Amino acid sequence: MFVIKCPYCGERDQTEFSCHGESHIARPENPNEVNDKEWGEYLFFRSNPKGMHYERWTHDHGCRQWFNVKRHTVTDKIIQTYTMGEEKPEDNNV
Amino acid sequence: MFNRNRLISGGSINRNKPINFKFNGQSLNGYEGDTLASALLANDIHLIGRSFKYHRPRGILTSGSEEPNALVQLGKGSKTEPNARATEIELYEGLEASSQNCWPSVKYDIGALNNLFSRILPAGFYYKTFMWPPSAWMFYEYFIRRAAGLGEAPKEKNPDRYEQKFFYCDVMVVGAGATGLAAALAAARSGANVLIVDEKPEMGGYLISSKAKINNIDAKDWIKDTLTELNSLSNVTVLNRTTATGYYDYNYITALQKVTNHIENSNSKLPRERFWRIRSKQVILAQGAFERPLVFSGNDRPGIMMASAGQVYMSQYGVLPGNSITLFTNNDHAYTVAVDAISKGAKVVVIDLRSNVSSEITKLCEKNKIETYNSHAVISTHGSQKVNSITLQELSEDKQSFVGEAITINTDLLLMSGGWNPAVQLFSQSRGKLRYDDQISSFVPDVLVDNQYVIGTNNGDFNLKQNLIDSQNAGISAAKETGNKKDIDEFISEANEPNEFTTSDVVPYVLGSKPVTHGSKHFIDFQNDVTASDIFLAQREGYISVEHTKRYTTTGMATDQGKTSNVNALAIMSHIQKKPVGEVGHTTFRPPYVPQTFGAIAGRNVDQYFDPQRLTAVHQWHKDNGAVFEDVGQWKRPYFYPKNTETMKEAVNRECLAARKSVGILDASTLGKIDIQGPDAAKFLNLIYTNAWSKLEIGSCRYGLMCNEHGMVFDDGVTTRIGENHYHMTTTTGGAARVMSWLEEFLQTEWLDMKVYCTSVTEQWTVLSICGPKSRDLLSSLTDEKIDNKSLPYMKMKSIKVCGVEARVFRISFTGELSFEINVPARYGKYVWDKVIEAGKKYNITPYGTETMHVLRAEKGFIIVGQDTDGSATPSDLNMDWIVSKKKEDFLGKRSFIRSDTAREDRKHLVGLLINDKKTVLPEGSHIVEEASKKPPMKMSGHITSSYFSPTLGYPIAMAMLKNGKNRHGETVLIPLMDGKIIEATITDSVFYDKEGVRQND
Repeated sequence: MFVIKCPYCGERDQTEFSCHGESHIARPENPNEVNDKEWGEYLFFRSNPKGMHYERWTHDHGCRQWFNVKRHTVTDKIIQTYTMGEEKPEDNNV
Repeated sequence: MFNRNRLISGGSINRNKPINFKFNGQSLNGYEGDTLASALLANDIHLIGRSFKYHRPRGILTSGSEEPNALVQLGKGSKTEPNARATEIELYEGLEASSQNCWPSVKYDIGALNNLFSRILPAGFYYKTFMWPPSAWMFYEYFIRRAAGLGEAPKEKNPDRYEQKFFYCDVMVVGAGATGLAAALAAARSGANVLIVDEKPEMGGYLISSKAKINNIDAKDWIKDTLTELNSLSNVTVLNRTTATGYYDYNYITALQKVTNHIENSNSKLPRERFWRIRSKQVILAQGAFERPLVFSGNDRPGIMMASAGQVYMSQYGVLPGNSITLFTNNDHAYTVAVDAISKGAKVVVIDLRSNVSSEITKLCEKNKIETYNSHAVISTHGSQKVNSITLQELSEDKQSFVGEAITINTDLLLMSGGWNPAVQLFSQSRGKLRYDDQISSFVPDVLVDNQYVIGTNNGDFNLKQNLIDSQNAGISAAKETGNKKDIDEFISEANEPNEFTTSDVVPYVLGSKPVTHGSKHFIDFQNDVTASDIFLAQREGYISVEHTKRYTTTGMATDQGKTSNVNALAIMSHIQKKPVGEVGHTTFRPPYVPQTFGAIAGRNVDQYFDPQRLTAVHQWHKDNGAVFEDVGQWKRPYFYPKNTETMKEAVNRECLAARKSVGILDASTLGKIDIQGPDAAKFLNLIYTNAWSKLEIGSCRYGLMCNEHGMVFDDGVTTRIGENHYHMTTTTGGAARVMSWLEEFLQTEWLDMKVYCTSVTEQWTVLSICGPKSRDLLSSLTDEKIDNKSLPYMKMKSIKVCGVEARVFRISFTGELSFEINVPARYGKYVWDKVIEAGKKYNITPYGTETMHVLRAEKGFIIVGQDTDGSATPSDLNMDWIVSKKKEDFLGKRSFIRSDTAREDRKHLVGLLINDKKTVLPEGSHIVEEASKKPPMKMSGHITSSYFSPTLGYPIAMAMLKNGKNRHGETVLIPLMDGKIIEATITDSVFYDKEGVRQND
């Protein structure tokens, strides 16, 4: 069970959080103008890397805020947590 | 009292307190401080149980949690515990235990016939033999499981209480032997918050039974002093009888504390066990090592024991388990045990696999008159229920064959010592990496995880003084890491012990009179009855990988998780495959480290605490009025209200007709309610719902459908505009939390600039839904406001006083009747409900439950999201194109409607079904087929989602998702039932009653 540092509340046990998959997947600005392939990529395709992964978490049993987690999928080390809207940090640890 | 094998003095037992207990019905006694194992040995009882597969007689192998043999059924009735390790059960007055896996008794066991046929019962026997016909496995399995076995699970509910505790500390030390205590002391003196746990009742590890000295005093006294200091410090928690069972990410450790297991008839308020969930900033593993058995023919007989266990029984419990002792060893450590045994009055013979021993050992043997056989091995053992003699033979120089004559000598206790395996299970669970150490012939920690230390014998180091110094330094360093930087004086100056363990060869197995590959009984895994020949068989049959060998032979898969067997199995594989043990690898260690009770894992989350219950403000009234409840999520909702002897069908019919003819009342408080405010609220709703919201007037209600980005319907409900920037959204009961998260997700991750605030207000409002032709008359009598069709038309909301309470009254309808949903603050809910019921008597007001609500809405063809839909239906599939805006630029799900699969014409569509016989109520979930055959498979074209008898119409109705259903109205389909009957139904529109909506619009 991880210890996750909520950017708003600080370090808490994983049981307070839930994960919502890969982050930094923007909803197309104007969905009507994208073709089926692009829309399909937005809906269905995720990177699933062995290494650094950027994912969205919520602090369900806390502040209920969404935020980003940068986690290594092999070691499960959480390198960084950062708020929504913050820039994606560099992939420097692979 | 008299214990045949009890020494006159010595040990940490309390000789002033004798204890009576029963084993297999026989009354026996021991002393306070005994374990069941030590007490049985004191009474010269070696035969404890029968083995898992061959029903061979088995005794006591070890003195701790690694015990594979001495498993007993402990206690009786609801408190009985199977597979309890006799070596860990503390003796208490009145304890009752019995042997397992034997019938009629442990001495005369019918199942032992298996042993005679063992030649034909190798690894994989059952799988190979009972394959045909495949369908008969269930039949065979019953008998196989009965023959092979462990103890019996209790048949009654366990009355014990179990607790859980969360705990946070700076430094956790696992194991309170010499090194664990030293580390804990160092960390504690440095100022850290320390937790130290040990699985035994008495702390000190193997030092309790050793002659070691620390700082020039007896180790026992050093332990006592250290524990006294630790117990006196407020920053230290000391837990005995506590086993760390799991080691997870980020130093999360679970530990099982036995609180009252060892207390006779515990009536105290204390739980039986406490399950600790510990998060420690630093973890120090000091679990020590397990002694490794030697693999030779007949090494499982009662009276054959680990050398270290023999020493523990002698020194700690004052029990000499045999008088004529033979030690079989490959290392120096065993000689310490030999000397100890001689000092207790036993006659000792040592058989050493090695050709040469050091001059100190030779001198020691001469001095103590120990008879020795170097370069010899035990090749077989004898005795029916306990060893009485052994046969040994000299080994050739290359140790691959024998020379000379075999000698048989009498002995009543054979102690074996094959070296030590560090207890790396927890370390490995934490994802630490192991390496094979040739010096000690075992796996040792190699790469540690963050914030972790492994010290002492647990790390494969066996020099006491160095270990203590390392432990002290680990304690200081761990404390520093957590910010406790108090300087402390070094407190280890000197330590030594006689005949320290240094090295051992791993001896895969000793040859015997029979070839190892031919079914001889060289046991590797005592608990699962896996022999060396099974490992050979697995290699021959291609199960080369360590994971395959493990599963094929089941070695290491018993409740002891292979603590004594794993390394020996790997050594044999290494021998066969001709590659180093390190390259053979090891299997994955998984929690729990020792078996743990389900009770402890569940803790207090049982019975009514298993899942929280959500009750509405009116719940007590429902109970008092005989409601049958239904679980909807965590909510308890009235299902129906049977009167007198009414059946469910009768009650529902009555409730339905009352709602259609006069007035019914439903507690609709569980509906999800979300208060939405902010200047961008309308814009936001426009994106969330499929229909348009910008032009909704204040005080108006609108039904809305929500889709996910795949274009599939995932919730629905009525939302009302309360003020300029203020909306009141309702959701399905089950979907409330999901919708709330959905709204927040988009506000927080996608549309960060929108000024919208969502608040769940589900529990803040009590909702009384009154419906039926008389509902307006009833409401009028409770308010001063005008509520006629002009003042409060359909799909409008009014804030008025009802029964003197500020209320929001919504004129909306889920039943198709004239209907009002009265929302009052929850604290007035019961009050208003009572008033409404009182005033409603005049109209014979009838409370109705969820079943009636379902029937009424189905008559009107209203869907229930999650019942009629399953996450794969678009609005169009549900004939709800009318609610999908064509004009809006964008809303969630819109783009997916033109994906080729969602735009397809022949998708499954919602239809109504009229049953041709006008009487069969189809089971929900029934399959719809086009052509019926006598038995499955039949081609399925849809399924029934809702099905009821309609009391209003007088015949059954159903809703279904049917392939191309939209275009097939009027056609007949077939529904085969479980009993073989085939029902015909006609496809129709899904609105069965009042298609024009006259009744609700009034």
